[in-house]
Amino acid sequence: MDLILFYLRKLFTILKNEVLVLPSRVVVVLFFLLLLLLPVFTKDPYLLRIFTLTSIFAILAASWDLLSGFTGQMNFGHALFFGVGAYGAALLNKHVGIPPWGTVPLGALAAVVSGLIIGIPCLRLRGTYLALTTLAFPIILMGVVFAFPGLTGGELGISGIARLAGSRVIDYYIAVVVMLGLCTIMWKITDSNTGIIFHAIREDELAVKAAGINTTRYKLLAFSLSGFFAGISGGLYAHFMRIAGPSTLEVSMSFQVVIWAIFGGIVTIYGPVGAVFILFPLLEFLRFWQEFRMLMFSVVVLLILLYMPDGLFRWLRDKVEKECPRCKIRNVAMRHTCRVCTAPLD
Amino acid sequence: MNLVLNIIISGLISGSVFALLAIGFSLIFGVARIVNIAHTAFYMVAAYCIYIVTHQMGFHPIWAMIAAIVLVTLLGIICYKIFINPIREHEGAVLIATIALAMAFQEIMALIFTGTYLSVPSLVKGYFLILGVKVFYQQLLTFLVAMLIMAVLWVLLTKTKLGLAIRSTAQDREVANLMGINESQVAMMTMGASVGLAALTGAVVVPLTILEPHMWMHPLIMMMAVVVLGGLGSLKGSFLGAYILGFAEALVVFLAPMGAFLKGSVALSIMILVLLIRPEGLFGVSFEEER
Repeated sequence: MDLILFYLRKLFTILKNEVLVLPSRVVVVLFFLLLLLLPVFTKDPYLLRIFTLTSIFAILAASWDLLSGFTGQMNFGHALFFGVGAYGAALLNKHVGIPPWGTVPLGALAAVVSGLIIGIPCLRLRGTYLALTTLAFPIILMGVVFAFPGLTGGELGISGIARLAGSRVIDYYIAVVVMLGLCTIMWKITDSNTGIIFHAIREDELAVKAAGINTTRYKLLAFSLSGFFAGISGGLYAHFMRIAGPSTLEVSMSFQVVIWAIFGGIVTIYGPVGAVFILFPLLEFLRFWQEFRMLMFSVVVLLILLYMPDGLFRWLRDKVEKECPRCKIRNVAMRHTCRVCTAPLD
Repeated sequence: MNLVLNIIISGLISGSVFALLAIGFSLIFGVARIVNIAHTAFYMVAAYCIYIVTHQMGFHPIWAMIAAIVLVTLLGIICYKIFINPIREHEGAVLIATIALAMAFQEIMALIFTGTYLSVPSLVKGYFLILGVKVFYQQLLTFLVAMLIMAVLWVLLTKTKLGLAIRSTAQDREVANLMGINESQVAMMTMGASVGLAALTGAVVVPLTILEPHMWMHPLIMMMAVVVLGGLGSLKGSFLGAYILGFAEALVVFLAPMGAFLKGSVALSIMILVLLIRPEGLFGVSFEEER
């Protein structure tokens, strides 16, 4: 009993001293709670469907950020991982008969392998060369998919694969919990030693090499990690939509991921996730304007970029919080002195 | 024999188109470090422009071509001024701004013309026979115009002051600025030239293709492959790379089973194979690492 009380008190203290002092942290906690409690308020299958898909794409956008934002390996072919995950899961389910809880991780492993395969030629390239080369891989795979319609279903894709779970609500919870879990893991990775090395590679690869770190290995690690997370989202997507089609490999899919991530702000993980949660439902709710939907979408992206080129969430965060010049700890913008070292904030 | 000739003609045409597109793309990349995804979208807009002027206004195709090139170049400069110039410092933002621009153009065209397939009359009608293979005059014209434009561009870049300014800005922006070159003006002019090239490509190639709002996707991918294959910022490389990929595409389409599906894949695989051996492309100079 005492122990429970102790932990409760500790939780309360953390909540009071670490979470409630910063608006961004409060928002993150509210976001978690809201997502987990959404089915309590509404059972509308359409709404749940939108948010399930949003969660799946949030994993994808965050995994792009892990590779391209943190490690700086501009990947324009992120649809490759998504497509390999989706097709892998679908093929395993259809032809081998493995249930979804097995096919999704196996599909993700297939995506890791594809990440390693494309990582090897891409390691020697950087910047724009890398971006333009990676763009090619999903298109190559798409050609292969069309060339073997017997196995892959050609343009129609593989349909009739098992459902993720019995009902909409369970589907929703699987997608949301996996998304929250994986995004937390990704955020932790970027916060760890490995993440710092990733960040350093992005800033100055030569200096990292000079520090005696095998950058090749870390870049491959970034490719395979990102491939794994993107593959999981692909597998979930295939099982949720119950179809794995060539649309998962399209160029527009790769572009979409890049738009989400940069719109929310790269090198943050939370940015891309938040961006998907704004842009994807926005696109769905603009449905009544069918013809103008994509146009509105691109105009919104263009306008937001003009005013906040660093991404929406970075901009918002800089508006409500500022960094202490002395101890580099973030404070609410309303404060005049730092909450830790009491240095005056300007 | 027929087959060989068909392959050669088709390879030369698509090679010239890719070369024109790729040169425009690598010009603006070299000078301003802008990866302009919307490059082929301008090509699409030019094609639609011609459709409007010839079909709906009933002018001669020549006027349509001129109008398309002028209007699209203006459009390109305006888009650059409004959307790209203010955020040029942020590479990622520029990238998705151009993607969003391309998507916006696609949607606007889809709104005006709906997704239907349209075609445009050719500038010169008729054809002649070489060894029993039909060669349309329009195809010949496309090829000749492409050659002419490349020659003009070469003279512009190597013999004039503007060309010197463009090349020196591409080499080192800061030093060019110190030498009294108005860097932002050069960037704007290059953007104009680059979009103008895209428009011109659209103008000469439109009678040979089908107009639809998604027509910018395939050329975009091939153009990027050409640019990477030839080496970013190298005109010679773009030129050669374009013909390599153009012929590769033609060979696959005419020889391989299911060729139409695989044409993109094969061309892109060639690009990746070359990159495995020469990471900076065929004629690329590996840029000094920009820190």
